[in-house]
Parts: sequence; structure tokens; C-alpha cells
Amino acid sequence: MDLRFTTEELAFRDEVRAFFRSALPASIRDKLLANKGLAKNDIVTWQRILNKKGWAVANWPVEWGGTGWTPVQQYMFQEELQLTPAPQPLGFGVTMVGPVMIAFGSEEQKKRFLPRIANLDDWWCQGFSEPGAGSDLASLRTSAKRDGDHYVVNGQKTWTTLAQHADWIFCLVRTDPQAKKQEGISFLLIDMKTPGITVRPIVTIDGGREVNEVFFDDVAVPAENLVGEENKGWDYAKYLLGRERTGIARVGFSKERVRRIKELAAAERVGDKPLLEDERFREKLAAVEVELKALEMTQLRVVAAERNRVGNKPDPASSILKIKGSEIQQATTELLLEIVGPYALPYQPEHDEEERWNEPPIGPEWAGPIAPTYFNTRKVSIYGGTNEIQKNIIAKAILGL
Amino acid sequence: MDFDLTEEQRLLKESLDRLIGDRYAFEQRKSYGQAPEGWSREVWAQFAELGLLGLPFAEKYGGSAGGPVETMIAMEAFGRALALEPFLATVVLGGGFLRHGGSADQCAAIIPKIADGSLTLAFAQTERHSRYDLADISTTARRDGTAWVLDGEKGVVLHGDTADKLIVTARVGGSQRDRDGVGVFMVDSKAAGLSRRGYPTQDGLRAAEIVFSGVRVGPEGVLGELGAASPLVERVVDEAIAALCAEAVGTMSAMHELTVDYLKTRRQFGREIGSFQILQHRAVDMLIALEQARSMAMFATMMASEEDAPVRRDALAAAKVQIGRSGRLVGQQAIQLHGGIGMTMEYKVGHYFKRATMIDTMFGDADHHLRELARRGGSVVAA
Ligand SMILES: Cc1cc2nc3c(=O)[nH]c(=O)nc-3n(C[C@H](O)[C@H](O)[C@H](O)COP(=O)(O)OP(=O)(O)OC[C@H]3O[C@@H](n4cnc5c(N)ncnc54)[C@H](O)[C@@H]3O)c2cc1C
Repeated sequence: MDLRFTTEELAFRDEVRAFFRSALPASIRDKLLANKGLAKNDIVTWQRILNKKGWAVANWPVEWGGTGWTPVQQYMFQEELQLTPAPQPLGFGVTMVGPVMIAFGSEEQKKRFLPRIANLDDWWCQGFSEPGAGSDLASLRTSAKRDGDHYVVNGQKTWTTLAQHADWIFCLVRTDPQAKKQEGISFLLIDMKTPGITVRPIVTIDGGREVNEVFFDDVAVPAENLVGEENKGWDYAKYLLGRERTGIARVGFSKERVRRIKELAAAERVGDKPLLEDERFREKLAAVEVELKALEMTQLRVVAAERNRVGNKPDPASSILKIKGSEIQQATTELLLEIVGPYALPYQPEHDEEERWNEPPIGPEWAGPIAPTYFNTRKVSIYGGTNEIQKNIIAKAILGL
Repeated sequence: MDFDLTEEQRLLKESLDRLIGDRYAFEQRKSYGQAPEGWSREVWAQFAELGLLGLPFAEKYGGSAGGPVETMIAMEAFGRALALEPFLATVVLGGGFLRHGGSADQCAAIIPKIADGSLTLAFAQTERHSRYDLADISTTARRDGTAWVLDGEKGVVLHGDTADKLIVTARVGGSQRDRDGVGVFMVDSKAAGLSRRGYPTQDGLRAAEIVFSGVRVGPEGVLGELGAASPLVERVVDEAIAALCAEAVGTMSAMHELTVDYLKTRRQFGREIGSFQILQHRAVDMLIALEQARSMAMFATMMASEEDAPVRRDALAAAKVQIGRSGRLVGQQAIQLHGGIGMTMEYKVGHYFKRATMIDTMFGDADHHLRELARRGGSVVAA
């Protein structure tokens, strides 16, 4: 056992760090530092910078533009992205539909879509959840009926993140209503410009516009857009959901948050001393740091174990990372709320470029996003499988209960 | 010992519940919030008609001489309704300063107008640096003949944008965080030199940043004892804390009900999600937190009129700690148990969550009051 990184690994980390520092536009970094929303264009710009460098789809096989990095290097790359902080490459393409196409898609699909994902020429969104199918995803009802050389899709998806920007949506659809519920599902790629698709925004409690409802009314989808085999979609979805093992815990992101907390708490005064020197506050912050360090070590153990993995079976340990990672993210937003104190109150919307709050800030200039971030971060224990569902997975898959 | 309401109190509660039922459906609330003032004058007039705006005041001023229990009943109902009207700012805070610090003339001039709904007030206390320290005041009041001249800036003044008059704390002596040297002034919000910037708050209410530059106040605007007004401020704030505790209980009980209803109706995996034991226990944890909060809101109500100030302060601090902690647990779990729907503006539960969160940041969050209790060596449990 040697818990240290090798000299080569450390050199790699320095290289990544240096590149991010020099290549990331300051305007994007500043928004991330201040918990402000990114515009679509910020994400596209950054993705193209990464693509030029050859790092856009680091996790993919080399033949499709991947880097061939070791799991440790992949981990370091993710961590540095979050620490910088730089935008995460849009996960719907890079970590979700891309890998599914690579594993199960046709040659034509790979050639057609993968380079466009790498360069973010196509913005993808994820159409899994439905009003009646959240945790119980397999009960989904959006139907696709084969009609000659295409499918006709009817139904509704919901909670579709950033569908308002999307060119394409990958959907789970029911192709065999007679089969057992997991066995009648297919994985379909749908052009968002197809007639019959309607996107309706859902405003979240913080006032943000990040999720949508997507309605399908007799939407004709070419049969060639089916991924893999008909009625095998559930397997592909499981592959997708269980695959992400690095980055899911958002350790780098929370470390950056802790740094920010210290900076703000050092400047905020309680009585005659900075909040950061207040014993109660310090203890709570230290407790979060201890949890975070433990999570980092747990994550590294999972990364190290990658070397010995066979096949691409989902690892239930990723559920541990998701649960702890979300709890820590939420804890950091509670500390931020405590720092801002009474100036949590003013509502200063700051969510997208078009609606940017153009008035002078109310209270400390950094106060605006704090309460909305606290509210919004409740989502991290809900999306991608709620923490209750993650615990069910662990109980079943690890404990055999 | 009697936790039951009197006949009159029960009637008050019933009429409030009826009013809220008629006038405060979620959609109605939304339309009130979109009005320029951010609340409904019409509903306010109905509050007046029902006698709510005169609840804590003496009968000779048009009030009904109610006590903290009556305020608790009203605030809990407002919490359930997520009411937007300036009851706390006008009746509890503004009215509190008049009740405890107003001269007979001041009371006679102002209180009847509060009670009939024709005048609203707001309490301008917080400053950019003061956080929850009531004595941390750098706004100054300088004597000029028989008048006083105010200079300084106040922030997050709840309903300060629409109030007709502002109750302002200012320093007449001492240094920035001294308990001594504080004065309280009642200022017309249209006074020369006073400017306001109103804005919506996270929980859908309204507040304002207010700048005083050379604002003149006559002797009729001085409330309480000039230079020794901190005890007055603390007393009124303690009453406001008791009121906020009751409001928070209203929001928490509403969140709990919504959640339990949702557990009984939402189906996943072919059954009600309320059949999953983990969610049952979570709903029970919420109930326990709610009941602990309700108990402390009652304690706060009982102690709000305690004459021994240090005992009263510790009691109210303790209540606010419990409210803050319970509010956080109930709010977070209410969202979690609703799943995605809990995250949406369209659904009611998130609005309660936001209000409960913001109540924690008003007049001291749970940690602030814990810190204060510990610092004072305070204990609320008799040995
Ligand atoms: C901000 C946000 C973004 C999202 N983005 C996307 C997206 O881009 N694409 C997409 O397809 N989906 C997306 N989702 C949907 C997300 O995956 C679902 O919200 C999630 O799966 C939960 O489903 P639900 O909301 O229907 O809650 P429900 O499944 O109804 O759950 C309600 C509550 O019941 C609990 N529960 C349910 N079943 C069990 C059980 N068996 N045991 C114990 N507890 C249980 C849950 O944990 C939860 O607390 C997003 C959600 C949010 C909030």
C-alpha cells in the first residue's frame, strides 16, 4: 500500500492544472467562483477549448477521441476541472449517450454523432424520467410504435435538464407494452427539431430555468436512431447510470467550495472578529472538511480498484460516492447561508444571461446567489437516483439484503 | 397548566382559518405577490375588519387588548397561508415599539391607524455589518435644536418599501457596538433625505434598503428613552421572535401535512411511497421536529411578556434555536420526500421551505442564538 501519487501522476496533474489556468476564460471562471449560472455559450466555448487540446472526451476509447489515461489520470482531470473551477463537459453527451453509443451503437451512429458530441456541436439532453416514472423508472410509458422505416413516439418526459438548449434528446421509450416492464424498453435518439415536440420550462424553487417538460405528439423518428437492439434499452440505461464512478462525488467541487467558505468567512465579521475565527463556525467547517477528506480517500480507493475491474459492470460503490458527495455539497451550502446571515434575504435573480440582474447588488456583492444555491442544491440528493434509492441499491447489491 | 385556548381564542382561530381559506389559496397568494406592493390591500382591510390589526393594543386605541397567545394564533395561521401582508412589521414590531415605548400622545396618534388598517410600519434595524447584533449600530442621530438628524444606512427592512412610517434605531452616543447610546425614532417614510430601494425577498415578501441622509425628526418621533433604548429594542424583538416562532410552526405543520398527503398518494413500484418504511420514519422525524418546535413556540409565547429581561432573552433565544433546527429538518425532508416536484416553483411545498429558511435568518439564526445562550451562561432548564 502506498497512498501517494507517483511522480509521473503528479507531473500530469500539474500539466492539467496549468492548462486549465491558462486556457479557461476568466469570465467563465468568475461566474463559477461566485455560484452564478453559466450561459450555454460558456459551456460550448470551454468544450471547444478542451476539444482542441484533445481532452474533450477524456474518458472515451482512443479511437473515438479519448485520451487513454489511467483511472488515476481520469480522476485527476475531473478533480482539476472542479478545483479550477471550470465547467464540467456536458455530461449528457460526454458521460451518458456517448459511452452508450460506443458500447452499443451502430458504426453509422458513432461516426455521425460522436465527433459532434466532442465539439459540442450537438447539445444532448436526457429523456428518462416521466411524471409517473421517477424512482420507478422502468414504469415509463412514453411509447414508440414501429411504422415502416420509423417509430412514432407519443408521451411525456419531465425534469429534462437544459432541454431548452438541446439539439437532441436520448429517450427511453416503451416499444413492447406486453413485455415485463424492464423488457419492453428501447433507447432512442430523437432530433429536438422534429415536428410534434414541445418543450415547456419548469421553474425551480430558486427561480432557475434548468429543467423542462418535453411532450411528444406523433413524433416520427427514423428507425436508424434506435440504439442497439429493440427492447434492450433497460440494459443500456443501467450501463449508463452505473458507469460514472469518478467525478460523481464532486470532491473537487466541494474542496473549492470549502476554500470559498473560508475566504468569505474571513471577511465577514461577527462582533469584533471574523466569523472564521468563531469557534462554533470553525468546528462545523472542520467537520465538513473531515467528511470531505474521508470521501476523497474513499473515491481514490474506488479509482484504484478500477485497475482490477472486469467488464463494465456497474459498481455499487458509486452509490456511496453519490450519497456522501451530495450530503457534503448540501452541508457546504448551509455554511454559506450562515455566512451571509440576514443578507440571504434579498432576491436578486442571476440565472441566465438574458435575465441577468443588472442592478447594483443588495448587500455584499457575493450575497445574491447564496440562498438560491442552498435551495437549488436540495436537488443533488434527488436527481440521478434519489439517496433513498441509492441506499436501496447498496442494501441489495453490497449487503445482499 | 392549561394548553387549551379560551372560547374567544378559539373563535379567533376559526375566523382566521375561514379568512385564510377564502382569501389565501395558493393561486390567490401568487396574484397578491405580483401586485406592485407585493401584498393585498384588500386582504389587509379584511384583517382590520376582523380586528386582527388591533389584536395586541389597548381598547382605548381601537384594539382588543389581546396578549401573546392571540398573536401566536394569528401568526401560525399566517404561516400556513404564507401570508404576504406586513403584519409582523406593522402590528408586532411597529406596534410593539408603541406599546412599550410610545407616549400616550404617540399611541393615540398612531395605534388607531394601525388598527383600522390605514397605516403600516416597518422596523429599520439591520445594517450591512451588524448581522444579528441589535446594538451594532452606526447610523447616527445628531441633535439640532429640538429636532434630531439621522444619517446612515439600514438594510433588509421587512416591508420597508411600503411602510408609511419607519421605526429606526440610531446611535446618540457610545461606540458602534455599545448597548448604551441607542435611540429609537419614528420617521415618516416620505421625509426629506430618506431614500428607499425596495425589492422582493427569497420567500416572496418585500424588503428595502434605506438611506438616511440628514433626515430630520421632531421630538414627537422619539420612542422610549433616548440613549437607553436597547432594552426596549430587545423587548420588542423578543416579541417578534415569539411571533416568528408561531409563523414557523404554521409553515412546518403545512409542510408536514403536504408531505404525508403526498406519501399517501404518490405511487412508485406499484404502491404508495408511504408504504416504504424509510419514508414513514422520515415523516415521523419531521413530526417530532414539528412538535418540539410547537412546544418551544408556546414557551416563547409564554415568556415573551416575562418582566425579568435576562430570563426572557434566554427563553426566546432557546425557542429560536429549536425553530431554526426543526425548520431546517422539516423543510429539507419535505423537499426530499416529494422528489422532483418539491423542487418546483409551481408547487407549494418549496415556498414553505423558503419561508422557513428565511425565518431562521431573521433576528438571529439557530447558531447565533446558541452562541448567545452559551456566552451568557444562559440556561432555560431550571435545576
Ligand atoms: C433538478 C433536477 C434535474 C433532473 N434532470 C433530469 C434529466 O435531465 N433527465 C431525467 O430523465 N431526469 C432528470 N431528473 C429526474 C430525477 O431523476 C427524478 O426526480 C428522480 O429519479 C426521482 O423521481 P421523482 O422525482 O419522480 O420522485 P419519486 O420517485 O416520486 O420519489 C419521491 C420520494 O420517494 C422516495 N422513494 C421512491 N421510491 C422509493 C423506494 N423504493 N424506497 C424508498 N424511498 C423511495 C424517493 O427517494 C423520494 O424521496 C431531474 C430531477 C431534478 C430534481
